[in-house]
Parts: sequence; structure tokens; C-alpha cells
Amino acid sequence: MSAFSTLFPLRNSRTHEVCGANAVSFAFALAGQKGGNVMWIAESWQGEQINPTGFHTYMDPQNLLLAKVADQVEGLGVAEETLRSGAVSLMVIELAKPLGFTAGRRLQLAAESGGATGLCIIPEGMGNNAAQTRWRCSSLFDPADSTLQRWEIIKNKSGTLMAWDVRWDAQTRRINVVSEVAQRKGSTRTPR
Amino acid sequence: MWFPRLPSERVLRARPVEGPFALTLRQSNTERIYCLNPQAEKAGLHRGMGLSDARAFCRDLQSRPADPEADRRFLHVLARWATRYCPWVGLEGDDGLVLDISGSAHLFGGEGAMLDDMQLRLARAGFAVRLGLADTRGAAWAMAHFGDGIICSPSRLAALPVAALRLGGKTCIALQRLGLRRISDILALPRATLSRRFGTDVVLRLDQALGDQPESISPLSRPPHYGVRMTLPDPIGLTGDVMAGTERLLGRLCAKLKAGDKGARILLLTLRRVDQASQQVELRLAQPLHDAARILPLFERGIEGVDAGYGIDQLRLVATRIEPLTARQISHSHGTDTHDDKLADLITRIGVRIGLENVQRFLPADSHIPERGFIISPAAYSRPQGGWVASRPRPLRLFAPEAITGHGPRPPARFRWRRMAMTTGRAIGPERIAPEWWLSDDNWRTGVRDYWQVDTKEGRRLWLFYTPQAPNWYVQGEFA
Repeated sequence: MSAFSTLFPLRNSRTHEVCGANAVSFAFALAGQKGGNVMWIAESWQGEQINPTGFHTYMDPQNLLLAKVADQVEGLGVAEETLRSGAVSLMVIELAKPLGFTAGRRLQLAAESGGATGLCIIPEGMGNNAAQTRWRCSSLFDPADSTLQRWEIIKNKSGTLMAWDVRWDAQTRRINVVSEVAQRKGSTRTPR
Repeated sequence: MWFPRLPSERVLRARPVEGPFALTLRQSNTERIYCLNPQAEKAGLHRGMGLSDARAFCRDLQSRPADPEADRRFLHVLARWATRYCPWVGLEGDDGLVLDISGSAHLFGGEGAMLDDMQLRLARAGFAVRLGLADTRGAAWAMAHFGDGIICSPSRLAALPVAALRLGGKTCIALQRLGLRRISDILALPRATLSRRFGTDVVLRLDQALGDQPESISPLSRPPHYGVRMTLPDPIGLTGDVMAGTERLLGRLCAKLKAGDKGARILLLTLRRVDQASQQVELRLAQPLHDAARILPLFERGIEGVDAGYGIDQLRLVATRIEPLTARQISHSHGTDTHDDKLADLITRIGVRIGLENVQRFLPADSHIPERGFIISPAAYSRPQGGWVASRPRPLRLFAPEAITGHGPRPPARFRWRRMAMTTGRAIGPERIAPEWWLSDDNWRTGVRDYWQVDTKEGRRLWLFYTPQAPNWYVQGEFA
């Protein structure tokens, strides 16, 4: 339990990565816990659209700004500018292509100078070495409740890798840890 | 200068029409003719006539609705044009201009030549104009409206009808009932009886026309121009130098803006190079500003992208869009203020990169259709709004409906979505949403939808809907 609370909410002034089917809800849960303004950067060609009537239980949609960029290079430029400005507490960018080490490091430096948290939503297996932590989030089926999910930390620069089963509590806007998943080989993989 | 048919000629200039033409204005529940062209007048129509009557008289009459506000604006344009003759130009009613040409007539070769020039230029632009020139404003008005000649002399003024004295309709009729038809008739009367019978108005107008009572012309005030420029003796090319130049210009511009309680929204910096080519840097701000220290760093990125060539020798900075910005009280909670400013600056910076309209925010909208439950609007031109409510859970992401195979009104037990096999574990629903019939939306042609929240055994939580009127299943969102 305590290990989870040291990792989440994610460490400030760093960039992190999240992948998996539940990456978006991870981002919103984080935004809700951090408070303050959020900049969400997405490429304009994407058909999927975050829905404020859905995520208003996680965070107040007034605090969210949306930047529609033409491609990933432009998106990274905007991300760096946002992190450096220090005007937002969290920057979320949806990435479709893997980042080079230089680009990842630049984001990291920008986050350090601006004191903001960066979160990249990445496709599975396209992580970047410069990230502080990388998470994989997926939902688990539970016949009684539809907020059960598994959060695994699959890269951690300063700590061990772990996994938790968590629930989202909409009333208190908090993530509650149900149980720690055993560190057995194979058990951390969620059924697909 | 009197433009007897200004409104219709303004419209006809933009869209010429052959044959009778009239502008109509809705007055006390009827369409009445507001202004008409000579052909329509020839057909026996007159101002104030009902449009349906006019159509009965003249079957090929073409009409358009009038726009008095646009006419007034156009008269201001004409007033600005008229400053080519003299600097002292005022408005006279809704359809006239008054010019004080004393001292400038000789520049056009005398009064007669100047009037000819005016007539010629206005005729070329498609305006009928009646000119009157006299020693006083009242006499000039009388000559323009009633005089057949142009230049006034006292004897010609005396021969004009009493209406030429700018009197109200009632007074004119009263004067005419007494047999006073011309100005000379009034001049012959003792003034005391005149003012006792008709009030001081008649005497005042008479004195104004004759020049015994002064009457001033108030020229239109010039709108303030928010632009500054700087010419350099030697060309510059370094970014730092251009920034320093911009800083000086910004200081002057911001002082001007501050004096007028205005804030710049769009700034245009024109850099003229030695080879006469010029480069422009446009800065769109996320909020109106008149604070030079805040605007300057925002210019940095634009100026870095400029190709200086052989050097820049003139800088010009214009605030192309300004908005009112009154002085704000420094609030007690100083922290939130500076934070808002920081965010606005960030929006501006990002706007420079990707266009200001691409930085957006969500605003709540009053609709039960999921994809219309919110509006996306540019963050720079909207204020954040609260009041987000959803009575039922909605997915975090929405996408265009993707068809899946399924039969019957219950969610399919197994289905394939995005090449993944899914097994329904739990389904909550249905929630019926009917299309908004008052808006035609192609996506909702299939009629009502029954929405289901489906938790699959694989873990994905999807938002499915069924269209009973055209049986089919779709996935529209994910509660991920």
C-alpha cells in the first residue's frame, strides 16, 4: 500500500509513460489527484475524442485545455513549451510513434525546468528510456463492479517493479488499492 | 452636399439592377419604400408607399430590405473621402455632408471648378448629388435641397420656398396657410410678430441662413490609430537587434493603448528590408494585453523565423485588432491572477506554433445526444464554464460508431471488435436516446438508439448501442 502511495500521484518535474487499454483513465485519475490545469495534446486526425461528460467525474473539464496538433513533431514542440511554461500541473500527450532518446530527454528537461508533470500515452512496447516510470493499465472483469483495473509499473528509474489491482472511487475521486499482485512470473500479464 | 438617393445607390453600386428598384423598411408592421431609384420614381412610386401598393403600380419592381446602419457607416466613408477637399467635414443629417471650404477652394481652381470636380467624381462613383455653396451653412443647405443653381446669392435665397429654412413640417404648413410661401415673404414681416406667432425657431433659422447667427460645423473625430514605426539609418539583421527595436516600438504602442483603455488582440510587425521586400510577423494573443513586458517575449519565436536578407531598415508595428481593456485592480489573491496570465501566455505561445484556434477547451452544451453534450471552442475566445452534469455514466472516449455483428435487442454474448474477440460479462442498460428531430443529423438517421454499458470478460468496458428501427449493433465509446 505504502509503495503505491509513493509512486502515485506520479512524481513531479518528470515525464512518465502509460500504455494499455486503460491509459486514458489512468491519465484522468492522475489529473484529478494533482488538480490544477491540464493540457491534453492530441493529433487532430484522430477519430477518438475524449468526452468531457464522461471524465467530469475524474476532473473538472474547465481545467482542461486541448491542443490539436497536425503531427507528432508539432505535438512534441507544444508539449515542451507547455512543460517549460509552468502554467499547467499536468501535460498529457497521445503518441502514435516511438520517441527517440533525444526527444524523450528534451521533454524530461522541460519538465524539470517548468516543475510540471508530463505523461505520454504510448502504444504498447514503444517506451522511451528517458521516462521516469512506465505503467501498463488494463481493466479486469469483475461481475460486481465495473471500476476494477490492474496497474502495473513496468519501468521505474528509482524503485522496483510492482503491480496492483485498483478501483476508482467516483465519490471521493480517489484510486483505492484492492490488493497487491503477487510477483510471480506470468501473473502480472493480464488476460487479453 | 446632399445625396438624395444614398441608400439605394449604395446597394446598387454593389449589385447593379436594371429597371425600377426600391429599398424597403419595415415600419409599423408594413413594408414601406425607404429609398428608390429614378426609374422607380418615373413609374409613379414615392417614398413611404407600401410595398404591395408599389408592386401593384409597377409590376417589375425589384426590392431589397434597407439597412440604415450600413448607410450611416457609408456616409462616414464618404465624409472621409470628402476630406480631400478640405479638412473640416461634418455630417448633415442622414444623407448629407457639410464642408467648410474657406481657404481651400483655390487649390481646385476656384469654387465653381471645385464643385464641378465633386460632381464629376461622385457621378463616376454612381451617386446623384445636389451641391449647394453659400456663405452660411443654412443657405448652403437651402441651395442643395431647393436651389436650382449652385452658388448662392441673397436674392436667390429669398426666392426659395420657406421649407428651405430647415423648419419642421408643421411650421412650414402653418406658414404656407398664412400665404408666406417664399423666404422673401418672411423677410418682409416684422421679426417680433414672427417670433410671437411661430416661436424663436423660424427667426433662428432665418438668421442662420442669412449669417446673422453663427453656426458651426463640427468635424468628425478621427479614430485613433494604433500603429507605430521606426526607420533606422543602418540596416540591422541580428535577432537581438530586431527584438530591441520591437521593444522600443512596443513601449510606444502600449503607452498609446493604455491611454485609450484598449488592449491589443492581434499585432502585426512588418519588417522592411533594404531590398524593399518586407516580412510580416503576426502575433495573436490569447487575451487583450497592453503590457509591453509580457508581449515582447511572445514575439521571440516569430522574429526568429524572419529572413533578414541584406538587413532590415524599417520596423512597423500595428495593433490590427484591439479590444477594450480597462485597468484592473490588483486583487488581494494575487497568485491566481498571475497564474491566469501565465496560462494565457502559454495559449499564445502554443497558438504561434499551431494556430490559436487549435488550442481549445470544452464548454457544456444542452443536449442529451452524447456527441453534442459538449462544445469545443477556441480557448482564447471563450471563458471556462462549469456546470457539467451527466445523470448516467458516459464513456471517457467517444468515436464514430463502429459496427459489430449482433442480433436481437440484447447485447450479443460474443462479438468481434477491432479484430479482438469479446465475451460479454455484464451488460447494463438499455438507455434509450432519441434523435433530436429538430436538427437533421445524418448519423442519427437510423432512429432511436438503445445504449448498453458492456463489461467484457477480457476487461474492455465498451459503450454499445442497438438501433431497433434498423436492427444493428455498434460500439461508440470506451469507459477506459
